[in-house]
Amino acid sequence: MKSPVYTIFYKELLENFRDRKTVMNALIIGPLIGPLILALILSTVISRETKRAEKPLELPVIGAEHAPTLINFLRTQNVEIQPGPKDPIAAVKAQDHNVVMRLDAEFGKAFQAGDPAPVELIYDSSQRDGESDQQRITSILDRYGRTVGAMRLVARGVHPGLINPIATVDRDQASPEARGAMILGFLPYVLVLGAFMGGMYLAIDTTAGERERQSLEPLLANPVPRWQIMAGKLLATSAFAIGSLVVTLVAFAVIMPMLPLKQLGFKFNFGIVVFLQMLVALGPVVLLASAVQTSIAAYAKSFREAQSWLGLLNIIPAIPSMILMVVPTKPVLWMFAVPLLGQHHAVMKLVRNETITNMEWGVLMGSGLLLALIVSWIAARIYNRENLAISA
Amino acid sequence: MIEVNDLHKAFGEVRAVDGVSFTAHDGQITGLLGPNGAGKTTTLRMLYTLMRPDKGRVLVDGRDAAVETVAVRKSLGVLPDARGLYKRLTARENIRYFADLQGVPEAEARPREQRLIDALGMADIAERRTEGFSQGQRVKTAIARALIHDPRNVLLDEPTNGLDVMSTRAMRGFLQQLKAEGRCVLFSSHIMQEVALLCDRIVVIAKGHVVAQGTPDQLRAQTGESNLEDAFVKVIGTDEGLFG
Repeated sequence: MKSPVYTIFYKELLENFRDRKTVMNALIIGPLIGPLILALILSTVISRETKRAEKPLELPVIGAEHAPTLINFLRTQNVEIQPGPKDPIAAVKAQDHNVVMRLDAEFGKAFQAGDPAPVELIYDSSQRDGESDQQRITSILDRYGRTVGAMRLVARGVHPGLINPIATVDRDQASPEARGAMILGFLPYVLVLGAFMGGMYLAIDTTAGERERQSLEPLLANPVPRWQIMAGKLLATSAFAIGSLVVTLVAFAVIMPMLPLKQLGFKFNFGIVVFLQMLVALGPVVLLASAVQTSIAAYAKSFREAQSWLGLLNIIPAIPSMILMVVPTKPVLWMFAVPLLGQHHAVMKLVRNETITNMEWGVLMGSGLLLALIVSWIAARIYNRENLAISA
Repeated sequence: MIEVNDLHKAFGEVRAVDGVSFTAHDGQITGLLGPNGAGKTTTLRMLYTLMRPDKGRVLVDGRDAAVETVAVRKSLGVLPDARGLYKRLTARENIRYFADLQGVPEAEARPREQRLIDALGMADIAERRTEGFSQGQRVKTAIARALIHDPRNVLLDEPTNGLDVMSTRAMRGFLQQLKAEGRCVLFSSHIMQEVALLCDRIVVIAKGHVVAQGTPDQLRAQTGESNLEDAFVKVIGTDEGLFG
């Protein structure tokens, strides 16, 4: 004899696989939308950055005639000198130019006298490219200034090293994977959201939907304890959630290598082992989400009510990612015990190619599964309510 | 056999069922007659253990429904007031789902499933998905799945509700057949003519109480009315809602 839990699980899957709308939403659109949006954003950012790095920097200059040597130096540094606008402030405000350089007769005089020669840079640091262009110009000007300064010292018989008492050496410890992780901060959210979306339709359909279609009452007349009925439905919901998560992960594994990330010095750690580890790490939160969704759908008085509650529930997985974006914290062991937060850190560690210790794995899985079990028990309690089957 | 002893059920202030007792015997059709809102559905829901009585006891084939709930459900075939089907499953799949939940071995379930499909005249719709079924086709499917475990006792809540004349006639014939097979058939109805036509015993319920019960002859004798219709009106105190 088949176990009733299996019978119910199988029937819910069969019935929902026959529903094209549910399959589309839960297993195709829901899980693919995140990776696609992410890929779109990343490829736009990447192509923009690479283009900007290669393109000569356009620099309108007012009063270029006052500093011919400086202008020549700038030209050697991949800067394209353009005639300056009449009203540089208005031009920058209108975003016609990112930076405008202004020189006047003072420059020549001060330069000849060996005084600091004034160079004016007009830019808007609140514009995305304003500040980076300004920094690029400033660093070129600095280089020019140091060269001229060194030559002046040499001409006076002074060792130019005297004015550089400190030599800083940068040793960036970020691995290519870790640098990639910085722009992948919302990957954990996208993954968890995929699982939430995948389970949502079944959680509603198998409980609130079944009650609304008047089929729950005959079902409960069968000689099967209600917790087993709940368990079969919960397993079907979890199966869809996991299916949705797998689709999301596969989409990432396919899309990520297609992006020209190497050009930016990023590397993504997305091998089959990481893929499976992510699946395992997210497993408990998928079960927990399905149990919460089933509880809410069973508690809700109608299909509509269940839908609006579960829609709101989808916001919750964004919370840890958003908090960590504003207040980046180092992962500490207790955080692995908090559902979603633990998953966030685990996924980020995997992407950054860092090791998750056995202790962290244990805490992550243990607390997640325990909570899933507790919420499942609550769902079973809700199923035991006498008015479960009776629609208003 | 179903024995009901002093059932009570209240929802807040409303006493839906307030001291209902009766017995439904094997090989007989027992009718639960009463106007809408008399407490018929709530009584049946307590019989098939969807609800727990506040007070009182239900015995099915001698088993206490509150204690041996699972065993009692196995010995009951139920057509509840809510008779929703799974619209993305075929009629046959709907029946098989309940066969599995009832724990009927396949070797037993398959031939019985075919017999029910033939007996209910639903061979032409058995492989169709139930979406878009007519009311009659839906009731047939719901009855087939309710009887797939060959229950000794059959409970039907308003079985002819929403059926056309032909389907109603077929339903009556089917209930007679269940009776002939020696089962205990208990159904509720608010239609007097139907109950009068079919039942060996009639239990008249009004406002949560049993106001009269017995064979049609006994009811006529009790009330001193030669016409059964007048007898009902007399015991209920009003003819409201008793005419189909």
